[in-house]
Amino acid sequence: MVGSALNEASHPLWLLAELTYRCPMQCFFCSNPLAFATNREELDTEQWLRVLREARELGAVQLGFSGGEPLLRSDLELLVAEADELKYYTNLITSGLGMSEGRLKALKEAGLDHIQLSFQASSAELNDFIGGTKTFEKKREVAKLIKAHGYPMVLNFVLHRGNIDSVESILQMAAELEADYVELANVQYGGWAKLNRSVLLPTRAQLERAEAAANRFRERIGDRMRIFYVVSDYYEGRPKPCVGGWGTTFMQVTPDGTVLPCHGAQELPGLDLPKVQDASLRSIWYDSELFARFRGESWMKEPCRSCPERSKDFGGCRCQAYALTGDPANTDPTCQLSEHHHVVLEAIEHARQSEQGSTLPIFRNVRNSKAQR
Amino acid sequence: MSAGFAPSDIIGIAPHFQLQWEEAQQAHVLLYPEGMVQLNETAAQILTLCAEGCSVQRIVEACRELYPGNPVEDDVRQFLREAASNGWIRIERS
Repeated sequence: MVGSALNEASHPLWLLAELTYRCPMQCFFCSNPLAFATNREELDTEQWLRVLREARELGAVQLGFSGGEPLLRSDLELLVAEADELKYYTNLITSGLGMSEGRLKALKEAGLDHIQLSFQASSAELNDFIGGTKTFEKKREVAKLIKAHGYPMVLNFVLHRGNIDSVESILQMAAELEADYVELANVQYGGWAKLNRSVLLPTRAQLERAEAAANRFRERIGDRMRIFYVVSDYYEGRPKPCVGGWGTTFMQVTPDGTVLPCHGAQELPGLDLPKVQDASLRSIWYDSELFARFRGESWMKEPCRSCPERSKDFGGCRCQAYALTGDPANTDPTCQLSEHHHVVLEAIEHARQSEQGSTLPIFRNVRNSKAQR
Repeated sequence: MSAGFAPSDIIGIAPHFQLQWEEAQQAHVLLYPEGMVQLNETAAQILTLCAEGCSVQRIVEACRELYPGNPVEDDVRQFLREAASNGWIRIERS
């Protein structure tokens, strides 16, 4: 298959700019790497401006400012203004902490297009437990301000065993806050979520109830609020088309300038990780070993190599394949056809048998990050 | 809105949607929170007219000029209905 159209690099459409790993929240499903606290280096304003320009030149058009908590960067307004000038569609992905009316106005003036606000649950008690910080009231306040200032608002809820039974009240709250979109995303088991999988993995019965509740609510509310329900690959028996295919559409720059084709790539073994300080984004996208490693199909093993689904799911998630089988080139074991699928079934069986609350979560904070080394 | 449009309805791109030409894709795209639709030439022509604040009648006429000899009206109306149900456009003034 080498040389087929699929192996040729297209251009990126999405740039995720992780401005900082600093964050006032401690969510135990965070997708940041476990070792985030051991590297405090952050690109400066000039370096970020260059990243924005170079990625736009390559064709990236959707831009997410994320982290950590991106509001902790005092140059956020400046970066948004440059992004607007470059004609990106700009998305701020935030916990809401650090937001004020003044900042909302300044960001609007800078040209920010959209805000995605995360909640952890629909009750103060559960929200504040999961985030490890008292934030619920502040988040509600920020949601109202976002709407008052005319931004489109996506509310994001990561679903897991601890909050998935309250999908209906979550959607009720989102409707009251006048969200334009709600994202109910079953947790992906990378980063801190992998570490806390036994706390997070829901049972099949929970999942089915949640999906039914989301469908009922969707029928009731119609187009006024669009509900995106992101399924759990563990229970689907099919792998997800991770980042739309490695090195095809998505590019992420971490706080220290490392350029990645997916959220978890820095945890994969034996790959040199390029940095914006050493090379242009163009050469990283088109010429780096990292972006070429799982691009196209030539790296695939069986059963992916001859599978008719390979052009739809790209073999699933490389980081999950590595985490669960030790080899990132294996089929993602959430796939029923994987010879390692039993590890997923075992985790599901464990979730069914274990009692909720029987394991304590390890919160995403500096102390726990340093202890994970 | 999906019931249909009057000829005099002024159509606009819905708030929070952004129509623009993308050099890298050699196509017009419609951007919205965390998403993008790449448009074919006809869709881009109609949405550009929507962005300019044209009436349904004016859009139909403009398409007739672009595709002379073709019965465009039903196709334009069909596209507008779909675009409205996707949330891309709305009636600015009736």
